[in-house]
Amino acid sequence: MAYSFPEEVLEHVFSFLSSDRDRNAVSLVCKSWYDIERWCRRRIFVGNCYAVSPEIVIRRFPELRAVEMKGKPHFADFNLVPEGWGAYAYPWIAAMAEAYPFLEEIKLKRMVVTDESLELISKSYKNFKVLVLTSCEGFTTDGLASIAANCRHLRELDLRESEVEDLSGHWLSHFPDSCTSLVSLNMSCLGSEVSFSALERLVARSPNLRTLRLNRAVPLERLANLIRRAPQLVELGTGAYSAEIRSDTFSNLADAFSACKQLKTLSGFWDVVPSYLPAMYSVCSGITSLNLSYAAIPSSDLVKLINQCQNLQRLWVLDYIEDSGLDALAASCKGLQELRVFPSDPFGAEPNVPLTEQGLVSVSEGCPKLESVLYFCRQMSNAALIAIAKNRPNFIRFRLCIIDPQAPDYLTLEPLDTGFGAIVENCKELRRLSMTGLLTDRVFKYIGSHAKKLEMLSVAFAGDSDLGLHHVLSGCDSLRKLEIRDCPFGDKALLANAAKLETMRSLWMSSCFVSFGACKLLAQKMPRLNVEVIDERGPPESRPEGCSVERVYVYRTVDSRQRLDRPDFVWTLDEDSSLRYS
Amino acid sequence: MEKRGAGLETELRLGLPGGEVEKNEKKRVFEEFDGCEDKAAVHKNQVVGWPPVAAFRRKNSFNGGKMYVKVSMDGAPFLRKVDLSMHKGYSELVRALEDLFGCFGIGEALKEDEENNEFVPIYEDKDGDWMLLGDVPWEMFANSCKRLRMMKRADANGVGLHAKDLLKGFSKED
Repeated sequence: MAYSFPEEVLEHVFSFLSSDRDRNAVSLVCKSWYDIERWCRRRIFVGNCYAVSPEIVIRRFPELRAVEMKGKPHFADFNLVPEGWGAYAYPWIAAMAEAYPFLEEIKLKRMVVTDESLELISKSYKNFKVLVLTSCEGFTTDGLASIAANCRHLRELDLRESEVEDLSGHWLSHFPDSCTSLVSLNMSCLGSEVSFSALERLVARSPNLRTLRLNRAVPLERLANLIRRAPQLVELGTGAYSAEIRSDTFSNLADAFSACKQLKTLSGFWDVVPSYLPAMYSVCSGITSLNLSYAAIPSSDLVKLINQCQNLQRLWVLDYIEDSGLDALAASCKGLQELRVFPSDPFGAEPNVPLTEQGLVSVSEGCPKLESVLYFCRQMSNAALIAIAKNRPNFIRFRLCIIDPQAPDYLTLEPLDTGFGAIVENCKELRRLSMTGLLTDRVFKYIGSHAKKLEMLSVAFAGDSDLGLHHVLSGCDSLRKLEIRDCPFGDKALLANAAKLETMRSLWMSSCFVSFGACKLLAQKMPRLNVEVIDERGPPESRPEGCSVERVYVYRTVDSRQRLDRPDFVWTLDEDSSLRYS
Repeated sequence: MEKRGAGLETELRLGLPGGEVEKNEKKRVFEEFDGCEDKAAVHKNQVVGWPPVAAFRRKNSFNGGKMYVKVSMDGAPFLRKVDLSMHKGYSELVRALEDLFGCFGIGEALKEDEENNEFVPIYEDKDGDWMLLGDVPWEMFANSCKRLRMMKRADANGVGLHAKDLLKGFSKED
């Protein structure tokens, strides 16, 4: 080019790019664009904290304001990742405290966060605004007290589904009277009672509060006063939704709800007394998202509530809703986009409620916008799956869990291959799939042939041979995350598709047939992959050649050093495949 | 795991007389529970981490999360209570039980009864049956256990483990 835009102009143009993909593309154009872009990037998302090191991030992006990161693999939610595996936030927090004095946002998922980290956050960033800890652990309410006390401009404190050691509710009282900036507070995962007067005062002095999710310890009698002080709320999570049945409590609550004209999302509802549900009816027509997945409410009361929520887009509920309730949902909520049905008695051998595949079929028939499903049930048939697939070719997420993991089609006793095959064939935009039931290599053939947009696949107790795994790795062009447990997949498919693994974020295989030798070979072949053998039985070499490893976790990384924070049950293998363990 | 579907060795033993007894430095009451948490079970629905309900959701489910059950020990003058939701597996529970009852002379019981120097941990399940601890995955046990009993091994000998026999002499008072 004879001339080029001045840097400031390019920077201004780039400032309109918010998607990571666009910014990554921009930085590939030429060296000067790379350089300009990296100085003006303000937000990053790191999908796997071990894919890169804090030093590399800081070196490339010196002026970040927001960092979002994920740690443990998804199967950690089901206790398949041993305690102490890793995903420690502290090294990141410490490095960023030095490098980014103007950092405003930290969002972490499935990471180990200590009180030390929280204290460091609270003291290092003058303008800290947003802390979201999803499914994290390792900290106590003392750490929360530091955040409350020191972050003068805090806007969001969201602890969704984290495991917090709850020493007391006193942390909430650490918010100074001068703190009026809160927009979002989610303390639903905490056990102890906070001071109700401190909570009321905090809510009252936070005019921008949009999201308030209380914990179970906040009794229903207190709810009215709280929401009265925040009629501008958009998202509300109640505490325990039970009280003695008294008309004054009821009318007080109903009045308070009726003042909340902006309410769109409701959650909480522990220990529900159904007679109090009608107190909410005045807001129901505006509700788009309802999370009743902790609420034991009989089907008839659920139906009455759902019939009030004509504009519902998202519903999370327990299987107490029954097939009949799902029929009602299909009839009332034509705008429904997402449905999750959780099991009320996951370990019971027999069904405890009349909820079957029929409920899902009804909803797929009646709700034209339904695109995301998570469904636990006890029986399924190919016919039902085929009907669902034909009804709803617009699915983007389909997660089915049959309680008995190898249940065949209950009508024909055949595998559910054709049913899931129909799903991937019809739903061309499918991005996420979880399968259960009796499944052979055939279903993987269908997936490899049709699921071209599939990004995440979860498989358990399925398949007959390596061919199954091979179909998926060779056929699914968009695959980013693959997690497998208890399947007869092994070395051949893994090694034959080694190159594919570098195009993915990660592969998890536990209780399969992968040998240590294959892991070594894979690590040798693919230097930009970390191959972690997670095995609690001692050094893998101490076992016979063909013995399978307990778990293997493979992920791409630009950090060429081996993990320094490995526990003694994680073996990683470097290029010359010499065994390294701490 | 070894070949799927094959019978799997577990390290649980009844420790009946004549069987192997591990001699360890520290005499622990329930040695057979060390490290056997993740043995895949023979039956497909007795498996770790299945069904895939997130641990957080299980803990905070509508029925309260806390799971206090009574624990009695043969020979002890009063019962204790233990919260099953606080423990992640059998070995943790067993350690907690030993802590709870340490003062009731487990040591003495061991001396008296040199050969049968262990207690048999049993529990009453949802159906009212008395079951030996450790057969099913932890989560399944925790969800169906109503009460625990540490039975003197001597009482288990020659009795086969029929529920009604175990209840002989066991107070039905709550």
